[in-house]
Amino acid sequence: MGAPKKSGGGRVSVSEDSDELVRVPLQAILLADSFNTKFRPITLECPKVLLPLVNIPMINYTLTWLESAGVEDVFVFCCAHSKQVIDYLDKSGWLSQPNFSVTTIESHNSVSAGDALRLIYERNVIHGDFVLISGDTVSNMSLTQALAEHKERKKKDSNAVMTMVIKRSKTNPVIHQSRLGTEELFMAIDPDTKQLLYYEERTDLSKGILHLDKSLLADNPSLTLHHDKQDCYIDICSPEVLSLFTDNFDYQHLRRHFVKGLLVDDIMGYKIFVHEIHSNYAARIENFRSYDTVSRDIIHRWTYPMVPDVMNYGNTATKLERQGMYRASEISQSQSAVIGPFTVIGFGTKIGNNTIISDSVIGKGCKIGSNVCIKGCYIWDHVTIEDGCKLNHAIVCNEVTLKSGAILEPGVILSFKVVVGQEFVVPPYSYVSLLQQPVEEDSDEELEYADSTSVITSRVDKSDEEDASEVPDTHISSVSELGMGGVGYIWQKYEDNEDSRDDFFEREVEATFLRAVNENIQEDHLILEVNSLKLSCNKLTADCAGALFYAMMKYAVDTPHISLDGLMQNVKAVLTKWKKALRSYLTDIDEQIEIILKFEEICLESAKEYAPLFTKILLYMYNEDIIEEDAILSWEDEKRDADEADKVFVNKAQDLIQWLKVAEEEDE
Amino acid sequence: MPDVQALVNDFVNQLKKRKIEGSQATAKQTAELLRSVISQQRVPHTNQAAALINAVRAVGEQLIAANPVELAVGNIVRRTLHIIREEDLSLATAAMAGLGLSVASDDEDDMERSDHPVLSAAAVAAAARSTLRPPSLQTLLEDMPDSAAVPHTSSSGGDSEGKSRSVDKGSRGRKLKHDVIEAVNELIQDISTCYEQIAEQAVEHIHQNEVILTLGSSKTVLEFLCAAKDKKRSFKVFVAEGAPRYQGHLLAKDLAARGLQTTVITDSAVFAMISRVNMVIVGAHAVMANGGVIAPVGLNMVALAAQRHAVPFVILAGSHKLCPLYPHNPEVLLNELRSPSELLDFGEFSDCMDSASGAGSLHIVNPTFDYVPPKLVSLFITDTGGHNPSYMYRLIADYYSADDLVVKGRPTTGS
Repeated sequence: MGAPKKSGGGRVSVSEDSDELVRVPLQAILLADSFNTKFRPITLECPKVLLPLVNIPMINYTLTWLESAGVEDVFVFCCAHSKQVIDYLDKSGWLSQPNFSVTTIESHNSVSAGDALRLIYERNVIHGDFVLISGDTVSNMSLTQALAEHKERKKKDSNAVMTMVIKRSKTNPVIHQSRLGTEELFMAIDPDTKQLLYYEERTDLSKGILHLDKSLLADNPSLTLHHDKQDCYIDICSPEVLSLFTDNFDYQHLRRHFVKGLLVDDIMGYKIFVHEIHSNYAARIENFRSYDTVSRDIIHRWTYPMVPDVMNYGNTATKLERQGMYRASEISQSQSAVIGPFTVIGFGTKIGNNTIISDSVIGKGCKIGSNVCIKGCYIWDHVTIEDGCKLNHAIVCNEVTLKSGAILEPGVILSFKVVVGQEFVVPPYSYVSLLQQPVEEDSDEELEYADSTSVITSRVDKSDEEDASEVPDTHISSVSELGMGGVGYIWQKYEDNEDSRDDFFEREVEATFLRAVNENIQEDHLILEVNSLKLSCNKLTADCAGALFYAMMKYAVDTPHISLDGLMQNVKAVLTKWKKALRSYLTDIDEQIEIILKFEEICLESAKEYAPLFTKILLYMYNEDIIEEDAILSWEDEKRDADEADKVFVNKAQDLIQWLKVAEEEDE
Repeated sequence: MPDVQALVNDFVNQLKKRKIEGSQATAKQTAELLRSVISQQRVPHTNQAAALINAVRAVGEQLIAANPVELAVGNIVRRTLHIIREEDLSLATAAMAGLGLSVASDDEDDMERSDHPVLSAAAVAAAARSTLRPPSLQTLLEDMPDSAAVPHTSSSGGDSEGKSRSVDKGSRGRKLKHDVIEAVNELIQDISTCYEQIAEQAVEHIHQNEVILTLGSSKTVLEFLCAAKDKKRSFKVFVAEGAPRYQGHLLAKDLAARGLQTTVITDSAVFAMISRVNMVIVGAHAVMANGGVIAPVGLNMVALAAQRHAVPFVILAGSHKLCPLYPHNPEVLLNELRSPSELLDFGEFSDCMDSASGAGSLHIVNPTFDYVPPKLVSLFITDTGGHNPSYMYRLIADYYSADDLVVKGRPTTGS
């Protein structure tokens, strides 16, 4: 049981290993672009890798780690906002380090990691094994062992092209997400050789089914299936990886295309292996949740020595005080201000009377007024917070101003230089930016950058003009959006699943229903409104029934509940209350069948929580006379010829159907 | 100069990233770096000592800031500054003697100083200090008329001798640098041989059939015990494992390999075992000016147990670990918190670390050091012999000059 040597050894063992060849310095490719839009609206103005993570730009963590892990040659691939990245690297002295060369590669038309690697292949700068990492990864692992394993395997089997670093991390059983807010990850690994056999990011949770290829089981004598591993996105690759990307020019995403491609298509028999780390830390910041989680881990020192009091960049020493309080120098703090544990306060920040700060990170040069309450927030540099503001679990970017009495609800993101007006309450989970939301949503992946520079630059110019003129009041819409004297736009939320699925009519009906619930509108009025919608959209009665039913079920599932029983109670309450409205659209058996079909669809797609309750709710609706037995029976009839997959719910409801049939016979 | 700056930057980087472990290695590298700083420093004709001191100070400040927890860095910087002052002083004295200037006496001291502001500030400071300071132990032992000679320095700037001095300057400058480098070399030598120096004293302290307890791992302790073993003493060693880094395991392995009868115990079993122990021998991270010790975590507990059973508690420390600062000094960072992963496996507990998940949140604190107050320490064994904790301040006065306690550019108040 030895003390793990942190680093330094890496270089030695590398040189020993390859002494038969010419000594190749260990190289790394650092992708300084995430190729996604998860960090919008912030990333419209600043590249993701330069966002401060506990007051230090993210890329510093990655570069520091690469340096300490014995990498000698790093190629930083810059795409979005490449100028800013290069300027930063130059200014912070990374480009002029002895024994650690950092080279930037600039590209303006790469839209994915695949494009980036293809470009690097063309440059012909990678000569041996290299570390592939993105600029938002925090780690303190030692590469020595992983690298030695990789080389050893490579010697035996030239097809072992990649070693992925993984780490144990339990997923949250409630939300089916990892701590870092990524999708559940399933991996199959050969326990002896550590070969990766299967990699699947999301699976159909409602069914709890994982599809493994039969040959996977047939070909491998043993295999372990993991559900508690986290992909650290640190890969040790052989040069073949680059040529593979070039050969398969449709590979874009590192995991979704490349890893899956190798595993499923079995090209040329290339193999991927995993290396699991135990005591060390590694995590990638992919979204706002992981930003929060990783920040916390840094403050709790899991990433030692990459912690604020050791990594003092810009010569502002930070000191660790009792209970995990990190304080930089020249802070002026009122006697009556309370600063809770696990808080970081940056250089030259001023804190007023009776202000309470807990679990937060505050950047340098901030001015915080009196009676402010800050909880679980990330406040970047030069932010002004006037008296009486309340901030709860928010991210506030550089040079934002909160006028007195402003309140940020949980999950708010305020992008650069936004001004929130007096006493204005920013609704939960809203994104606020000086830039307007890009109109065309290409939604999918690949685009931190939207479509090339033109669109963005034009917007930036526009916002610059606004800044220059500094007359927020002329900007009528912004005043209304962020209160008196506020500057910025609140972005519409786009929840990819819901919106793309719904058509206009259904959304309208849902909105109408919610309004009815919230404002206690009479059932008759609701019916009237839905009817007018029906006419204006040229829909059938059955459509109304379906849409209304959908709205009700959605409302029931959105009402807070703890268990399935609670959900059932919600459903009962909603159905009982609005029975009349629903029934007015259920005059015909066809409409009732429509409801059952709709319900099936809900169970399958939008609200999977209902799946186990399907029969119960069906029975309840039958008892409440919302649907008649004929409808259920003809629904079963209709489904008789369907695929087995479509009959899941029919089978579930089989008991009920049988009971209905028996009751019918008895009646006769 | 640029290459020195590169060296300095490189070393600062290594310190920042905590790449150099162990105070001996750090001390040695610091001394070597300062030696090259001194040798590259161009000495002006006047105030050579001040120029050297400023250069060393500037570098020292960066080094200390790079890793404030490793006190050995600051110690070596201060030792080097002290060396420069001492060498300057002795050179000046020698020069005086050579010139046969014997006019000045103690009484003239004050007047002379006000008359000649051109004087090297360092010389004045040195003179002022040595008149205030009680004669150092060394000078008492060697019976040198040091204190009497000092005022001569200050009067050396007498107008009558102005010319001859400037002629003398060039050679003196080179001489000073040469002497300082010599002395720093000696310091490096001392640091690298401190194990042997300490180990030589082992037989005086360890007796036949004794039981020794130690905690964690220290190279000094290993050498000390092995030296006693080599002198044909037979004794037993209990090694407390030193959680959470468990370096005691490594020590136990080494001891057993050298043929010592070794037993590993858990840290929590120390109190149970202490009644069977004749002496506790441990290493330290740093020894403070009041005789208090900054040592690996867990040692305070061992010291308390030893006191309870009246077992001698002996600290082995090379002189590079003597720190002229007091533990209440805000400049001294007493502790460093390391990664919690040394205690717990991250993956195993990852689900209870977020307060968001409702399971409450788990916090883990992993301090590296303990502070053992001087009253719990029975004896310090340094490379110059055994000393009482209350004697530490005298040793420190020998090694450091009071002017150097604050290395920072702008002196902080109250230290």
